[in-house]
Amino acid sequence: MRRVWPPSLLLAATVGVWELVVRAAGVPDYLFPAPTAVASALRADAGLLGRAALVTAREVALGYLLAVAFALALAVLLHFSAALRRALLPILVLSQTVPTVVLAPVLAILLGYGIAPKLVVVAIVCFFPIVVNAVDGLRATDAELVRMMRTLHGGRLAIFRRVELPGALPAIFSGARIAATYAAVGAIFGEWAGSSSGLGFVMLQAQPALATGRIFAAVLVLCAIALGLYALVALTERVVVPWERKGARA
Amino acid sequence: MSQSILEADTAAVAGISGVALQGVVRVLGGKHVLDGVDLQVPVRGRLGIVGRSGAGKSTLLSLVAGLDDPDAGTVSVGGTASAAARLARCALMPQRDCLLPWRTALDNACLALENQGLPRAEARRRAAPLFERLGLAGAERLSPARLSGGMRQRVAFLRTLLAGKEVLLLDEPFGALDAITRAELQQWLAAALAQEPRTVLLVTHDVEEALLLCEQVVVLAAGRVTAALDVDVPRDGPRREVVTNPGFVELRERALEAIE
Repeated sequence: MRRVWPPSLLLAATVGVWELVVRAAGVPDYLFPAPTAVASALRADAGLLGRAALVTAREVALGYLLAVAFALALAVLLHFSAALRRALLPILVLSQTVPTVVLAPVLAILLGYGIAPKLVVVAIVCFFPIVVNAVDGLRATDAELVRMMRTLHGGRLAIFRRVELPGALPAIFSGARIAATYAAVGAIFGEWAGSSSGLGFVMLQAQPALATGRIFAAVLVLCAIALGLYALVALTERVVVPWERKGARA
Repeated sequence: MSQSILEADTAAVAGISGVALQGVVRVLGGKHVLDGVDLQVPVRGRLGIVGRSGAGKSTLLSLVAGLDDPDAGTVSVGGTASAAARLARCALMPQRDCLLPWRTALDNACLALENQGLPRAEARRRAAPLFERLGLAGAERLSPARLSGGMRQRVAFLRTLLAGKEVLLLDEPFGALDAITRAELQQWLAAALAQEPRTVLLVTHDVEEALLLCEQVVVLAAGRVTAALDVDVPRDGPRREVVTNPGFVELRERALEAIE
């Protein structure tokens, strides 16, 4: 709990100052709404935002799962094949210079306006940190452990299952946690490129209407979704990798 | 003859010649780490290998284990010289305990059994009696992080033993322990090997440890065997009497001299 207090206080102070400044300067709500205006937008549009949140949360969750599955499968493949690793890993790194935003419209043309292009954008945004961390984690296996395992009847698969994979889990999860914070952004990109529902769609609709409060409210809900996903991943990590938490390194 | 808990290896261990090295040369990075080493360890014999760091001790164990091949000469275990055959017959206990933090003490000891395809429950059922017999009862379900250094080494040794191999390669097993714990573990290891006899190659920088635990001790210096000593002094009394026995003292002096 002690870790929660400092950021909470800072956040509360920031919101307080924001409110004060906006009120004192008399900034109109459509330009830059005060926190209280955002709160009332949140209340007024609760139904609309709730339905949109469900759509976006679904895209985030499914796209993220897609990314995790694809990233882990690829990481294992790259781990087992040095040739593939040498050929593909540089290309993967290079591919990250492509701004995902520009891919979203192309994917919309390719896959239509349904959920599919959103899932693909989310997956593309999320998958890289997971792959890279997983490959690094698997390769960072202590050579002494591998030598030992070989003398203990350990074949390639046994070494992978019992030593390399569990040893790489902390790295895999740190990639997964980073990816979790990207997922929501990916879903919004996807929706902006063409959609008829979701938080991104709500934002697009609110903009010409100058319903800035609603945009902020949608951003807030989006943050909650991202935070929820992050918390879920962190919780999974605590369950799956309990030995890291016990301070076993000490 | 003590009854081995591990039925499989009693047959494997019996009647097979031990470990033999002939003219073994290993060059690593342009350096002759091993430069013509001849060694013989009879079945269930125990050979101590002492020497400074960098004398080639660990390289020698890697070769015997079949994890590495010599540049010249032959290394044979149980009469066969192929690396795969050596690997099939040797179990290595590395310098660090290398216990897996995601496994309990018992499950760490079970590694080799699981690697051979036994279901975990069955592996545990086979390993548990050894914990009981070798004084580790109660530690089975603890995670390695909660074990003392001495206990960790004991579990690491059980893990090595449970591979059911005829040859145990112990690489400075007690190097990281304090002197008191080390003496305690030396006694424990002697007792454990009396119960579960194996062919043992013990690498250590501690001459006394080698003389206490092995029947033969060789000194390795700059990649060559510079002394081979038969430990033919009584070793059953209390430790203080054993190590002050004139015969023991003389062996220690000869070993230390050869290390220089």
